[in-house]
Amino acid sequence: MKSIRIIIRNIRDALKGVFRNFSLSFASISCITITLIVVAISLILSENVDNFTKLVERDVTIVAFIDNNADDSKIEEIREEISSLNNIDEYEFRPKEQITNEMRDSSEVFDSIMKNWTDEENPIQNTFQIKVKDINKIDNVAKKVEKIDGITLVKYGEGVVNQLISTFDFIHKICIGAVIALILVTAFLISNTIKITISSRQREIGIMRLIGASNLNIRIPFIIEGLILGLLGSIIPVGLTIYGYNTLYNHFHGQLFSPFIKLIEPVPFVYYASLILIGIGILVGMFGSWRAVRKHLKI
Amino acid sequence: MELIRLTNVKKTYKTGVTAIQDLNLSIDKGEFVFIIGSTGCGKSTLIKMLYREEKPTSGQIIVGGIDVGKLRNGKVYKIRRKIGVVFQDFKLLPKSTVYENVAFALEIFGLPKDEIHSKVLKALELVGLKHKIKNYPAQLSGGEQQRVAIARAIVNGPKLLICDEPTGNLDKNTGMEIMRVLNEINKLGTTIIMVTHDINIVEQMGKRVIVLDSGRVVKDYAKGTYRR
Repeated sequence: MKSIRIIIRNIRDALKGVFRNFSLSFASISCITITLIVVAISLILSENVDNFTKLVERDVTIVAFIDNNADDSKIEEIREEISSLNNIDEYEFRPKEQITNEMRDSSEVFDSIMKNWTDEENPIQNTFQIKVKDINKIDNVAKKVEKIDGITLVKYGEGVVNQLISTFDFIHKICIGAVIALILVTAFLISNTIKITISSRQREIGIMRLIGASNLNIRIPFIIEGLILGLLGSIIPVGLTIYGYNTLYNHFHGQLFSPFIKLIEPVPFVYYASLILIGIGILVGMFGSWRAVRKHLKI
Repeated sequence: MELIRLTNVKKTYKTGVTAIQDLNLSIDKGEFVFIIGSTGCGKSTLIKMLYREEKPTSGQIIVGGIDVGKLRNGKVYKIRRKIGVVFQDFKLLPKSTVYENVAFALEIFGLPKDEIHSKVLKALELVGLKHKIKNYPAQLSGGEQQRVAIARAIVNGPKLLICDEPTGNLDKNTGMEIMRVLNEINKLGTTIIMVTHDINIVEQMGKRVIVLDSGRVVKDYAKGTYRR
């Protein structure tokens, strides 16, 4: 009972602290809000870039074209050789009939050209589509596949893919760096703002000490106050994340520039992002208060 | 029965100033003691050491069985809970009502609401301010504010009440009003130590008087023997 009463009193005192010192609380809340908005943007950007990278990596395949003279047993030999290579995630044989039909289905122009082709006229070759485990070693695999007897050509979007992936990787790293830097800056800013709030209440802390409040007695209401400030400061960033990202997603129909670069589905992504923002707000608010009140306790 | 004992207490500040030296003193439970002396004689340092705002450089200070000089900063609250302190400038929370200011001291310890309510009202009744519980400090006169501070200091039922020039900011009549309140509290069994410059009050009250000079006790008048 006693501890429950103390907790309730601490929460009540913290709320009183927030509202009775509203101008300073407002300063702290604004500070948290602004930085959390920037954190939210970096977070969304970073996660999407990460997602692009994964999509690109998943879609990168080596296409090995097979000599049209190769018969079924030769194809089987090639299959065995491919399966014996290292770094192979999966591979699939795609007969030329299948590719032809897919192409005809995909476009009327293709269809009108290709429908009159005889089997001999059809320049399309049987292929193996190969996915690798480690995208960075795709060159190596491609070279080995090229050497297999019966393979006439190997294509895998050389250079472009690697460049794209390394660019995405770079953006992702910058975003993560920005998020970490922002969190640190926010913690520092909030700590300083709360320090001003608390300095203006030095008298209150002095009186609390005088009438026998322990350091914990004094610190807890301020830490809860920091928690409340963090929570209030994360309302607008969370709202913007949920509403803003949904709007963005719908505006771009879930893709950026091309169907190749898909945005992350808003649900549940925005809720996870919101939880992270609230978590950062709360932790940073509490840490800021803890740091700020420390100065006034002679420990 | 002895409540406070100071043995060979010396206090030298970092600045090199020695405020208290060779001080030996004993105060019994239920006593009312005035500490007087010229400015800079060590009065404030002496009482600050009693509630452990300052630590003695050497010597021993026992208050209510606790060796105050040996308390770590984190444990200071242990002695503070046994002592009420009243200051010249009242030290009230300006944004809290009279009731909240007094209740503050009890809420920290997690007492039930009913108990807090009855104790706060009792303390405010004793100082004659039960009718002003909803006022804020700024709406009260100086004497009334000091009475709120006294109510806050005694609401815990401390064994010792330390008053640092509680009448310093008040006119003569209001000052005497405060002294009547303190006398009432003393009659109920609380030991009171009061630092003051006001010799008239000291004379009128007829209590034990300790005179300090250059950090030493130069006179210790027993109850009713002090004459200017």
